[in-house]
Amino acid sequence: MLLEFTDRGIYCPQAAIFIDPWKPVDKALITHGHADHSRWGHKHYLCTAAAAPVIKYRLGKVNLQTTGFGEIHTINGVKISFHPAGHIVGSAQIRLEYKGEVWVVSGDYKLEEDGLTETFESIKCHTFITESTFGLPIYEWRPQIEVFQEINNWWRQNQALRKTTILTGYALGKAQRIIQNLDDSIGKIYTHGAIENVNEILRQQNILLKDTIRVTAEIPKEEYIGNIVIATPSAVGSSWIKKFSPYSIGSASGWMNLRGARRRRSVDRGFVLSDHADWKGLNTAIDLCEAEQVYVTHGYTSIFSKWLNERGVSAGIVETQFEGELAEIGESTEKEEEV
Amino acid sequence: MKRFAALFTQLDQTTKTLVKVESLASYFSEVDDQDKLWTIAILSHRRPKRPVNSTMIKQWAAELSGVPFWLFEESYHVVGDLAETIALILPEPSSQSEEGLSYWIWFIKSMTQDGEEEKKAKMKQAWSCLSAVERFVFNKLLTGGFRMGVSQKLMTRALAKSTGLDENVLAHRLMGNWTPDTTTFADLILSEDPKEDDSRPYPFYLAYALEDAPGSLGNHSDWLAERKWDGIRGQIIIRNDELYVWSRGEELVTDKYPEYHEFKSILPHGTVIDGEILPFKEGKPLPFAQLQTRIGRKNLTKGILEKSPVIFKAYDLLEWEAKDTREWPLKKRRERLASIVKEFSSESLKISDEVVFSSWHELGIEQERSREYYSEGIMLKRLDSTYRSGRKKGDWWKWKVEPLTIDAVMIYAMRGHGRRANLYTDYTFAVWDGDQLVPFTKAYSGLTDAEIHEVDRYVKKNTIERFGPVRSVTPELVFEIAFEGINKSTRHKSGVALRFPRIKRWRKDKPKEEANTIADLLSLLDIYG
Ligand SMILES: [Zn+2]
Ligand SMILES: [Zn+2]
Repeated sequence: MLLEFTDRGIYCPQAAIFIDPWKPVDKALITHGHADHSRWGHKHYLCTAAAAPVIKYRLGKVNLQTTGFGEIHTINGVKISFHPAGHIVGSAQIRLEYKGEVWVVSGDYKLEEDGLTETFESIKCHTFITESTFGLPIYEWRPQIEVFQEINNWWRQNQALRKTTILTGYALGKAQRIIQNLDDSIGKIYTHGAIENVNEILRQQNILLKDTIRVTAEIPKEEYIGNIVIATPSAVGSSWIKKFSPYSIGSASGWMNLRGARRRRSVDRGFVLSDHADWKGLNTAIDLCEAEQVYVTHGYTSIFSKWLNERGVSAGIVETQFEGELAEIGESTEKEEEV
Repeated sequence: MKRFAALFTQLDQTTKTLVKVESLASYFSEVDDQDKLWTIAILSHRRPKRPVNSTMIKQWAAELSGVPFWLFEESYHVVGDLAETIALILPEPSSQSEEGLSYWIWFIKSMTQDGEEEKKAKMKQAWSCLSAVERFVFNKLLTGGFRMGVSQKLMTRALAKSTGLDENVLAHRLMGNWTPDTTTFADLILSEDPKEDDSRPYPFYLAYALEDAPGSLGNHSDWLAERKWDGIRGQIIIRNDELYVWSRGEELVTDKYPEYHEFKSILPHGTVIDGEILPFKEGKPLPFAQLQTRIGRKNLTKGILEKSPVIFKAYDLLEWEAKDTREWPLKKRRERLASIVKEFSSESLKISDEVVFSSWHELGIEQERSREYYSEGIMLKRLDSTYRSGRKKGDWWKWKVEPLTIDAVMIYAMRGHGRRANLYTDYTFAVWDGDQLVPFTKAYSGLTDAEIHEVDRYVKKNTIERFGPVRSVTPELVFEIAFEGINKSTRHKSGVALRFPRIKRWRKDKPKEEANTIADLLSLLDIYG
């Protein structure tokens, strides 16, 4: 096989290279900067130029090489290229070709254009390794324009009630997508420090983000009234948000699709907004790539692969003992921040 | 349905009482009388009869969604709620409906007579013209168990706000044995002289849990203490030679308690007594489970009546000589109640005795002895208080005993629902029988999020076997399980069933060998069962 599933991650023996490995390796191809994909401790990193600044910021001094989308790197006869995944800025699917056989590793992806991220590009392949974070038919996203209409209306209502609006989303990706789609004629956009740090990095790489103001201790409390504060999910229930009182707080995440999750989050409003593909998105991506073989990872693996097999798409689970158990644990810990 | 669905969304999006009342009140001022009446009915647990069973609904929803049945079931497991699963999984509606709540209730009721094919056709018709939230609400109405996050009390307050009527007057008018088919909004709510309805009970006054020491209530001599009996709160009404028995859920349950039927020939017209429907035999209360065995039965056989007889433990007098006595001070009501129970004596009517005490300390000693009396604790009532309606702080307090506890070993874990579908959150616990572990209860909740994650990691790393969503794990972790009561059970391997079991804390300090034994459990059964 061109790619193998090992206890360190997905491995290409011909090129002696790993993709998003979770244990230290010699050479790693990185799909994007989220913590469960780009880890510390590898000797060599290769990622897209657009993803690199955040990865450098997160991991500090690492030996990192960058590539443009579509550029081909040949290692021991394996042609490697990165293609937009539409998940967050710089996120890539990784294509590997050897003696005419093509594999694509999706990383995390979504099909909908979000106004900020490079649009997902379908790549024809023989074997497709797909994520399945939302691989159940209960997950179906509405177009983001509708979701942002709802968010902007909620902001306006809060403003009329002389309240601050607080909306949470993870710092890399979701927060910027929100900022970019807010109607900033309503008021000012304030940001939590962790989010503003990412904003600064993205602006340095010439991405035009809407104007934001970092929340600092010096800003008088009254200034926030009627405006919006974008915060990380960890802000919910923390003492940090007290200074914005009176406020209404919301959360933007794919999990908000479920009523139980909305209630457990103890936020006033839950907006269904995800940077992952929904059920239809996953199925469309698989149809478009025309793969003969699919491997499912990262999410509802067994359910989604069973579904594909019944539909006549030969599918397996990316199964190593390590992945099987630890991915689940990853789900319950890191997903909290990332989805 | 749009307006009702919007109301549901508004109520679902807030935990603030004020906002809920506000939303409901403006809803009441907007919709027509028939919709108002049905909304009141739903919020006071008067639901249409369920016309279809879950298996059928699941199959039709799966079929309409183009999803295989197993995938529907998997999705249902993740969502944890059938109505929601269906609402999420169905394709976008192909049209819209402007019909209101009453129409859809009528629609649901009309299905009762239909054959399976007609039912299916109707369900598809409904699903294809309702939006996701409307569908969810519709499914909930259809399958029952609909919680809108609004108590009857809040609903009454909102209704008071929109009609300008007094809240207590409304609470009274809303009680009784009505359904939207037997009355109208004008008759039930607006009519100033509502039709004589002898069966109509008074709203129950409910106690708050006492959080601080009873000393915080001030002078002990201002208070009456009695046992908190473990039965069903009830109200006995005698009017014009008829008997009406109401339970706290505001259900008329007269037929379920033939023991009380002699009251109508014993007690005089215009008598209403508040008390506890209590399983009781040979001079002492029986476990609550005994009462539960007869609640669900349609036919009360001789055997059941002999095995689980009930008495009425009288707490309070609400009406006497056809006059409302709720404004009397408690002291006066109790004295009169005592003399009534004595004068019109019946084997099935007993007064709930006062616990005499001369200091809070003395009462504390009595409170600790609660289980000896088969009671859950002590009730404290202010002697000069009137009988209020609903749950109002200040005059009535329940002072519950500490729960029973046992240290047990976790042996099975099950996946949670919804956002927690990837986490093992529900556990089965066992105690030692020699060197064997005997499972005796399931319990969940009570752990912090961090602890749940930690247990989850343990489960995933120490799985012995998998059975669907359940895994057996290497026995290692010890937890303290708290529960309110213990009963003999033939359905459980361990021979016992616990009441309200929950995890009190994780005993990281205890090795599994030091968990309790089946003998410990059985000795609790001997003392408290
Ligand atoms: Zn990601
Ligand atoms: Zn990821």
